[in-house]
Amino acid sequence: MTGMPGTGRRPDGAAFIIAVLLGSLGALLVREGGLFPDRAGYAGVGPGGMPFLVGWVLMGLALWTAVDALRGTSEAREPIQIGPVLWILGGLALQIALLKPAGFMVASGLLFACTAFAFGRRNLLVTVPIGLVFALGVYGVFDAVLQLNLPGGPLETLMFGG
Amino acid sequence: MTTFDFLLQGLSVALDPMILLYALIGVILGTAVGVLPGIGPALTVALLLPVTYGLDPAGSLIMFAGIYYGGMYGGSTTSILLNTPGESASIVTALEGNKMARKGRGGPALATAAIGSFVAGLIATLALAFLAPYVVKLALIFGPREYFGLMVLAFVTVSAAFGTSTLRGLTSLFIGLALACIGIDQLTGQARLSFGVPQLLDGIEVTTLAVAMFALGEALFVASQGTRGAEIIEAVKGSVWMSRDDWSRSWKPWLRGTAIGFPIGAMPAGGAEIGTFLSYSMEKRLAKNPEEFGHGAIEGVAGPEAANNASAAGTLVPLLTLGLPTSATAAILLAGFQQFGLQPGPLLFVTAPQLVWGLIASLLIANCMLLVLNLPLVGLWVKLLTIPRPWLYAGILLFATLGTIGANPSPVELTMLLVFGLMGFGMRVYGYPIAPVVVGLILGPMAEQQLRRALAIAQGDWTTLVQSPIAAVLLLLAAVALLLPMILRATGRGKVLAQVAADED
Repeated sequence: MTGMPGTGRRPDGAAFIIAVLLGSLGALLVREGGLFPDRAGYAGVGPGGMPFLVGWVLMGLALWTAVDALRGTSEAREPIQIGPVLWILGGLALQIALLKPAGFMVASGLLFACTAFAFGRRNLLVTVPIGLVFALGVYGVFDAVLQLNLPGGPLETLMFGG
Repeated sequence: MTTFDFLLQGLSVALDPMILLYALIGVILGTAVGVLPGIGPALTVALLLPVTYGLDPAGSLIMFAGIYYGGMYGGSTTSILLNTPGESASIVTALEGNKMARKGRGGPALATAAIGSFVAGLIATLALAFLAPYVVKLALIFGPREYFGLMVLAFVTVSAAFGTSTLRGLTSLFIGLALACIGIDQLTGQARLSFGVPQLLDGIEVTTLAVAMFALGEALFVASQGTRGAEIIEAVKGSVWMSRDDWSRSWKPWLRGTAIGFPIGAMPAGGAEIGTFLSYSMEKRLAKNPEEFGHGAIEGVAGPEAANNASAAGTLVPLLTLGLPTSATAAILLAGFQQFGLQPGPLLFVTAPQLVWGLIASLLIANCMLLVLNLPLVGLWVKLLTIPRPWLYAGILLFATLGTIGANPSPVELTMLLVFGLMGFGMRVYGYPIAPVVVGLILGPMAEQQLRRALAIAQGDWTTLVQSPIAAVLLLLAAVALLLPMILRATGRGKVLAQVAADED
């Protein structure tokens, strides 16, 4: 719930994009559901039945969304800032890329620093070390005490064993 | 054996020192995370699920139950001291509680919330214990078509009955159902919608989806809003103890809130918000001086908080006895059971009575621990509210990814986390509710399985679904719950529904 006041009565571009996305998802499900051979057994509904049904309903909902958008009944939205969002997404992508080669501490520490940057702590010389130490501590607690198997890099393996 | 014997047996399990320790760790972690702003009970439970991975089933589930109750208590502290609208189950608490805190009566507000939660939790957990065996008996006469009807009803109440828009609720639900189709079909073993990616054969993990949508989606949304709207934390001034007048004004709302909250939680009616809202309007009507409402009336904190916790216990009735999650939090709890291969339902009461009754008894004990943790130590939790937002969200993201890495350290799983996080962000920006996606994902395959079983029994005759009176009534209720709000909204009377919008939980 975003709880935005005010209702701008105009055709809504974003709602059309949502409608197109929903419609494509629905079409994909209907197509995939149709791929199963029609041997549904006693039930008359085989493995393809559910995707088929959900797909058609999604296409119906897409149509409903589009009609709603044409009537301009959707509410005005507050503008969003894209920069911080990209920083967080970048941090997550970095973590995915670095997790295997560099280990949990480096990957998650950098995610920590990127998120802090997105929320206004811009000094990476401070946030990266804090993130690394924090991630190392978390690794120690979860790997050693709570028996969670986290992928370790060289430093973690050295400190807590493989 | 009677319920009482079972409960005593459960208490003997729960009083084991190790189990007590697990429960204590659970309530401390639950309160600590639940008190953080922007984190509701559903996210608390999802974030802390990995903590329990390494333990045995009994210890893990009991710690988990403590986390659940702790998260509920923590949430009320946040909404009183920090006016955080958007966290649905405590919106009502914030209405009066934050006003009380601004007037310097934060202490009594916290106390009536904590004691009210305790009273409600105690009564509702006992009600759960005494009701559960009867619901289990009822569940035994349920066949596939009755289960299917019940699940359709749950789908409708979670997605379409409340909130601002039937369209958006249904869209969220069907996105969840679409995601539920991914993976191996449970009845025939054929791969569906896996597009040749082997990791998709297992389907989508409920915890991955919930953490991504609630934690990542929320963090991205807050970040996108920039620095505007800095929140003011109200300091707790004066004593946390309530005066004689506070007590006499609080005890009736506690009991009334419990009486409203428990049945609503126990029915598939989608979350705790509705009970809190009903309790609030009831207290307002019954109050001796209703003009005080809106300016910090203690009844407006006591009643809804009790209702909130009572429905949390109520949600466990369908979850434990029927295996039916009726809120996002319950869906994640179910995932917690399933990680040990335990399927809640009537059978679990027979095959693992020690576990089920130990869990129920632990809830009673956790409730007592929470009262102690929350009254004298409330100042400690308040300190957590002062963590600056950059560190807070950086920590939340680290823990959110930790859960996925711990369960399945593959790039595919983390990429799914990223994609669903982005989806959750988009849904928040455009006002789509998130809980129906999570409930759709976990209930979808169960509903499909029951439907196909029912049809197989009837040799493909669809009218079988309405030939049993119970199933017919359930489907009829679902139809009413779908159509009535649409008519109300179309005729301009939808405001009430919008106010009980289910955002989380």
